[in-house]
Amino acid sequence: MAAPLVSLDDVTVQFRTDRGWTTAVDGISFDIAERDCVGVVGESGSGKSVTALSLLRLHARGTSRFPRGQVRFGGQDLLTAPERDLRRIRGRDIAMVFQDPMSSLNPVLTVCDQISETLRLHQGLDRATARRRAIELLDLVRIPDAARRVDDYPHRLSGGMRQRVMIAIAIACRPRLLIADEPTTALDVTIQAQILELLRELRTELGMAVMLISHDLGVIAEFADRVIVMYAGRVVEDAPVDALFRSPRHPYTEGLMASMPALEGGITRLYAIPGRIPDPDEAIAGCRFGPRCRHAEAICRVAVPELLAIEGRHRVRCAPRTRATGGL
Amino acid sequence: MEALVQVRDLDMAFPAGSARGQPVLLHVLHKLSFDIGPGETLGLVGESGSGKSTTGRILVGLTEPTGGSVKLFGRSITGPGRRASLAAVRARLQFVFQDPHAALDPRLRVGHSIAEPIDIAGTHSRRERNDRVRELLELVGLPRDSADRFPHEFSGGQRQRIVIARALALAPDFVVCDEPVSALDVSMQAQIINLLMDLQQRMGLSYLFIAHDLAVVRAVAQRVAVMYAGTIVESARREALYAQPQHPYTRALLDAVPRPDPGRARPPVVGGEVPSLLAPPAGCRFHTRCPHVMARCRSEVPLLRETAPGRQTACHLLDGAPPA
Ligand SMILES: Nc1ncnc2c1ncn2[C@@H]1O[C@H](COP(=O)(O)OP(=O)(O)OP(=O)(O)O)[C@@H](O)[C@H]1O
Ligand SMILES: Nc1ncnc2c1ncn2[C@@H]1O[C@H](COP(=O)(O)OP(=O)(O)OP(=O)(O)O)[C@@H](O)[C@H]1O
Ligand SMILES: [Mg+2]
Ligand SMILES: [Mg+2]
Repeated sequence: MAAPLVSLDDVTVQFRTDRGWTTAVDGISFDIAERDCVGVVGESGSGKSVTALSLLRLHARGTSRFPRGQVRFGGQDLLTAPERDLRRIRGRDIAMVFQDPMSSLNPVLTVCDQISETLRLHQGLDRATARRRAIELLDLVRIPDAARRVDDYPHRLSGGMRQRVMIAIAIACRPRLLIADEPTTALDVTIQAQILELLRELRTELGMAVMLISHDLGVIAEFADRVIVMYAGRVVEDAPVDALFRSPRHPYTEGLMASMPALEGGITRLYAIPGRIPDPDEAIAGCRFGPRCRHAEAICRVAVPELLAIEGRHRVRCAPRTRATGGL
Repeated sequence: MEALVQVRDLDMAFPAGSARGQPVLLHVLHKLSFDIGPGETLGLVGESGSGKSTTGRILVGLTEPTGGSVKLFGRSITGPGRRASLAAVRARLQFVFQDPHAALDPRLRVGHSIAEPIDIAGTHSRRERNDRVRELLELVGLPRDSADRFPHEFSGGQRQRIVIARALALAPDFVVCDEPVSALDVSMQAQIINLLMDLQQRMGLSYLFIAHDLAVVRAVAQRVAVMYAGTIVESARREALYAQPQHPYTRALLDAVPRPDPGRARPPVVGGEVPSLLAPPAGCRFHTRCPHVMARCRSEVPLLRETAPGRQTACHLLDGAPPA
């Protein structure tokens, strides 16, 4: 495997709340190689977006901190790099499609203004060229009437159009890493397929790497090379895409797969993992999934399990499931 | 069965600037008609930008249509009596919107947002109100102390659940759900869907359920309408629609659903030009992307017609064919 483009090592993120500092992300480590796509799935509130934001250090200043860990990119640690360097990296080397398009698009600027901003900042394009390029980009993300839509304000666009504008902004400068946080939730599946095809082309042509966060396991299966499963601020499983879908090993991952609604077969009540997600600061001894786990044993309630390899590049954070191999 | 929601020939056009001194209109809905019965869920799926959210906004009175009629609980919310009718039905209507971030006031504590419908109605004592908020938080799987926090302290999916809790606060009769679960992990999604269905069984709630995830829609909606470029192209009971889709767009949608099987060969991407609403293609609006396009499709608009009992499709391919 090629040297990683970005490398997260023990990344930990805390937020200041009324109740003191709470840990949202707890010791996340993984690499992303050039052209690679790492898919990230997991429980809502498990820290997927917070992890993604740490690659660009976009958390609110003052109310967040990184007590440990590093994000290595181009010989620098992005968690400690000077703000000036990060401004250069954001949008040019690493670009992000945010989960919430309406709150990340500026409501008083037109689509053209917002796409041009990045192009003029990072590529020094003049106004007219940036506008032409903005229209091309809207075409590329399959927005009809691009030449006219470019002058619309965000509130006039449908949910899916806003998402595609975000994607257009993110790929405008041909980044080396695209972080896409739920980029296609508002698109119909035929357009979604076209957008994923476009991203595939950018991966092949530019070697662009992708970190794809999605709740849609179908999208992950079709697009990612490797998948990271998160639960309560930690990685609980990390595996090549085939291995994860063929033989999920963490009981939480199994629960997710069982909860998927089907397109065929009888219509029955959906399965949901029993129990509730722990609060961020809830003291849970041992495994954080333990209280909801069907397979929990005595050991799970006392020892915090480690993320251990069970087979090749397949790693699991589950004491019973890694006991046989003892970690490779 | 008396329809709870009755929509007839709904039209919507937004002003879209001007060209050569003439105002230009963006026609986003064309003669939409459908009913939703008590205790029924109508799933609305379709192309991005085809007018699903606009339809939802019209049904809860947030947008006034430019044509056609909408009756809710037997009262017309279009035409002259609009204001009075909306005031009369307001407490029975709720909505969950597509963008949870925009739906929550960032300066309000979450408990305050959830209690908003209760406070407007003024029907609960302070104690009852606070108890209800805690009960609702529990119902959507959020920690009870969430009430005192601000929206920015929550993840995307958690905010979406706050919006769902608010919609259920007053036990409404009809709820428009616009992508209510797309921000949730599949287990949470299953939990919320089960909750919506339980409420429907217990209290006879009706839903308009807008979503792009066809498997989710199949799990919740007894009937499904498929939209393309401002029109309904097919509507049927779910069993029929998923087993034997009639419209080529519905078929394209079902084929394009990504499957949780990394080894599967991906079906070819349906290409073609996505239609413009400013200058919509003549004839069938899907003809620019349809794999079965015939000469006639380029000039003649197919009408939505009954192809089997309870089933309607707008496609020339079905003309002359015996009803399925
Ligand atoms: N600014 C903040 N202040 C306090 N807590 C926060 C803040 N941002 C996020 N959190 C908390 O951090 C945790 C992780 O949030 P994150 O947004 O990363 O979740 P997620 O995995 O992206 O979930 P979803 O799938 O719902 O988007 C959540 O419990 C959330 O409440
Ligand atoms: N306030 C507005 N002013 C002008 N045009 C609007 C306005 N609201 C919606 N539109 C336009 O109406 C059309 C339909 O939008 P709508 O949001 O209803 O689509 P949708 O089917 O919900 O799409 P999506 O699946 O992407 O959410 C779009 O072309 C959109 O740009
Ligand atoms: Mg998130
Ligand atoms: Mg919408």
